[in-house]
Amino acid sequence: MRKTLSVIAMVVIAVACGSEQAERPDRLRLMAHDSFAGSVNEETFAAFTGDTGIEVEMIAAGDAGSMVNQAALSAGNPLADVLFGVDDTFLSRAIEEEIFVEHRSPLLDSLEPGLAPASELVTPISFGDVCLNYDKGWFEETGTEVPTDLDQLRDPAYAGVLTVEHPATSSPGLAFLLATIDQYGEEGWSGFWSDLKSGGVNIAPDWDTAYYGDFVPYGGESSLVVSYASSPPAEVIFASEPVDEAPTGVIEAGCYRQVEYAGVLAGTEYPEAAGELIDFMLSVEFQETIPLTWFVFPANQEAELPPEFVEHTVVPADPARLDSAIIAENRDRWIDEWVALMEG
Amino acid sequence: MRPIRWGRVLVAAVPAVFIGYFFLYPVGRILALGLSELGVGSDGVEARLFRIGWFTLWQAALSTILTLLAAAPMTWAVSQYEFRGRKLATALVTVPFVLPTVVVGSAFVALGWRDSIGAILAAHVFFNVAVVVRTVGALWSRLDPNLHDAGRVLGAGEWKVFRTVTLPLLRPAIAAAAAIVFLFTFTSFGVVLILGGFRYATLEVEIYRQAVTLFDLPLAAALAVVQLVGVTSALYAYSRYQERHTTTWTLRSEAERLRPTGRGGILVGASVLGTLLVLAIPVARLVTRSLQPGSYRALFRDDPVVGVPMASTGNSLLYATIAALIAVSIGVMASAVITGRRGRLSRWFDLTLMLPLGTSAVTIGFGFIVALDRPVDLRASFWLVPIAHALVAVPFVVRTMVPTLRSIPAETREAARVLGASPLRVWREIDLPIVSRAALVGSGFAFVVSLGEFGATSFVARPNTATLPVMIFRLLTRPGAGSFAMAMALAVILAALTAVIVLWIDRAQFGEIGAF
Repeated sequence: MRKTLSVIAMVVIAVACGSEQAERPDRLRLMAHDSFAGSVNEETFAAFTGDTGIEVEMIAAGDAGSMVNQAALSAGNPLADVLFGVDDTFLSRAIEEEIFVEHRSPLLDSLEPGLAPASELVTPISFGDVCLNYDKGWFEETGTEVPTDLDQLRDPAYAGVLTVEHPATSSPGLAFLLATIDQYGEEGWSGFWSDLKSGGVNIAPDWDTAYYGDFVPYGGESSLVVSYASSPPAEVIFASEPVDEAPTGVIEAGCYRQVEYAGVLAGTEYPEAAGELIDFMLSVEFQETIPLTWFVFPANQEAELPPEFVEHTVVPADPARLDSAIIAENRDRWIDEWVALMEG
Repeated sequence: MRPIRWGRVLVAAVPAVFIGYFFLYPVGRILALGLSELGVGSDGVEARLFRIGWFTLWQAALSTILTLLAAAPMTWAVSQYEFRGRKLATALVTVPFVLPTVVVGSAFVALGWRDSIGAILAAHVFFNVAVVVRTVGALWSRLDPNLHDAGRVLGAGEWKVFRTVTLPLLRPAIAAAAAIVFLFTFTSFGVVLILGGFRYATLEVEIYRQAVTLFDLPLAAALAVVQLVGVTSALYAYSRYQERHTTTWTLRSEAERLRPTGRGGILVGASVLGTLLVLAIPVARLVTRSLQPGSYRALFRDDPVVGVPMASTGNSLLYATIAALIAVSIGVMASAVITGRRGRLSRWFDLTLMLPLGTSAVTIGFGFIVALDRPVDLRASFWLVPIAHALVAVPFVVRTMVPTLRSIPAETREAARVLGASPLRVWREIDLPIVSRAALVGSGFAFVVSLGEFGATSFVARPNTATLPVMIFRLLTRPGAGSFAMAMALAVILAALTAVIVLWIDRAQFGEIGAF
C-alpha cells in the first residue's frame, strides 16, 4: 500500500513539474486546411527541424470552415499544437471558441502594412487577393476595353460576360461580395448586384466550376471571372506548354484581401515550441517559399517575390478589407439578402 | 442450461462493437452536443426544413427508379448471357461509380448539363448504374434456369415468365440495390451543389451549410436528425419488405450462361453497347480534356507544389486494401448474424449497419472529433480514414451477401446439422461456397468505394496523405492549363485503375466455386 501511494505521489509530482516547465517535444503537429497541407513536403520545415530538432507533422483538416469547426469542437484538447489557415471570415468564430492562446512573434514589425491583427491570439502569415481576372485574348479580339472600375460592370456588356462564385458555397465568392459591400456600403450594394443580375451575370457554385467551366480560356463563355491575383502567375507556371506571357490578367479594382493567420492551440503541451514554429513561418526564409508553393503572398514585407509574381500580376494598391467582427455579425444576413436578390 | 456458444457471441460482437464505437457513439455525441443548444426555432425555419426534406426525398426516390430502369437491360444481358467482353463490360460499368464528383461535375458542366433537376438526376443515374448491375446481376446469374424453362413449357410468353417468375425471385436483390442507391442519392452533396444551380438543396447540403459555413451547430444537428429519421424509415420499410418477400430456391452454379443467338444476340449487344455508350459520354469528355501535351508524363514528375501526383495511387491502394479487409471481415460476420436468426433484433442490427451510408459526412466527421479522444486518441490518426471508408463499404458487403445467404433453403442447413455438423462446419460447407461469389462482389465494391471516397474524409482530420481523389481535387483547385489537364489525366488513371481492379477481382476464382 505504501509503495502504491509513493508511486502515485511521484507520478503526481512528475505531472506537476511537467506542466510547470514543459519539455522540448520531438515533434509538433500543425493543423491546416487541405490546400496548405497538400503543398507541404519534406523540405518545407527542414530548416526548422534543423535548427530546433523538432519534426513537424501535418494534419489536414478539410476546407477552412471545416478546420475551424474541428478546432472549435476539440477546444482545450486540441488535435494539434499549431493551427494555420484561419482567415478573417472565420477569425471571430475561432476567437469566440477560445481555441487559441496568445503568442507574440518578434517579427511583427516586418509585417506588410495593415496586416497586424488586433489581438495576439493569431499571427498573420500570408495574404491573398481575390480579384477579377480577364481573358486577354477575348478583350483584344472583340476590341473591348478592360474594365478598371467596379461601376463599369453594371453595363450589361460586362455583366453578361462575368462569372462570380456563390458566396454561400465559395470563399472567393464571399470575398467578392464583401468587396462590393465595402465599396458601395450597406445602402448601395444591392443596387449594384441588381444591375449585375439584369445584365446577365453568371453564378457558379465554386471556384473550379467558374474558372475551369465558365472562363473563356477553358471553353466557357465568360471573359471575366472572380479569381485570385496570383492566378495569372499560376497560368504561366502551370501552363501546358511554356509561355512568356500570362493569357489572363488581373483587374485592380474590386479586389478583396484575405489574410491567413496561424495560432497556438489552447491545451497544447508545448506552447513555447509552438510559438517558435509560428515565428519560423514568419521568417524571411519560409516566407519566400510561400508564393510558389501555395500561391498567396508573404505577410513579411522583407520577403522577396519570385520573378513570376513580379512580372505577371499586380499587388492591388488598395484592396477592400472588412473587420472580422463585422463579417461575423453580418455575413449570414448579407448572404441571405444576396440569395433573395439573385435567386428570387 | 445450454452452453454459451462463444464463437457465435464473438461473430455478433465484433461488428456490433465496430458500428457502435465508430458510428453510433460519435454520431450520438455530436447530435447530443448540437441539440442541447437548440433554441426555439424562428418562424420560417420549419417551412424551409420541410421544403428541403421534401426535395431530398423525391429526388432520391426518382433517382432510384430511374437508375433501376436504366440498369435493367445491362443487368439482364451480363447476368444471362456469355459473350466476348462480358467481364470487361461489367468492369467498365463500375468506372462511373468511383469517379470523384468534382470531375464528373466538371464533365457535365462542359457538356452543358447543369443548373437543372435533369442534370442532377442524370448524374445520379450515371454514378449508380453499377450498383444495380452488380447487386442484381450477382443473384440473377444464379437463378435456376429450370424455373424459367418450366414457365415457358407451360405456355407463358417470355415477358410473362419474367414478370411472374423471374422478377419475384429477383426482388430481394432489386430491393437491396434500390436501398443503396436511395441512400446514396438521399445524401447527395457534390452533384446537387455543382449541377443544381442553387435552387436545389438536399439535407446533406444544408447540414454542411449550417454546420461548416454558418456555424449553426444546433440547426445542423436538427437537420441531421431529420436526415437520420428519413433514412431509418426508408431502411425499415426496406427490411420489412425484404422479410416478406424472401423465398428460397435452388441456385445454380455460375458457369451456365447461354450464348446469345439471333434476335437475343441483337438485344444483348444493344443493351450492353447502349449502356456503355451513354455512360461513356461524360467519360469521353474527361479523356479529351486530359489530352494536353505532356499531361500524363507530368503525373510522374515531382511537382513543386503537390509532389509526384502518381504517388497518390499508392496511398489510395493502401487505404482501399485496409478498408476492404475491414469491411469484408465485418460484413461477413454481420451477414452471418443477420441471416442466422430471424426477429426484431437482427432486423435492427441490419438496419444499423446500413445507416452510415445515409448519414451526412459532416455528422460522422465531426462526431469523430468529439468522441474518439479516449481511451486512445484516434482523432487525426492514420486509421480513421480507412475506418471511415469501411463504414461506408460494409453495407455493400452485407447487401450483396444477405440475399444470397437467405436464399439457401433452411432444410439444407438442417440436414447438415442433423448429420452432426457443427455450426461453423455448416457455415463452411454450405454457406461459404455459395456466398463466396457474393463476398467477392462485395469486397470489390468495398475496395472501389474506398478508392473513390472523398466526401466523408474531407471532414476527418488526418495525416497529410493524398489519395487519388484528394490529389485530383488539389490539382483542380489551382489555375493553369497544365494543372487542369493533369487533374483530368489523373481522373482517367483512377477510372482505368478501377476497371482493372474490378476485372481482376471478377476473374479471381474462389475455391470450389461452381463445383457444387
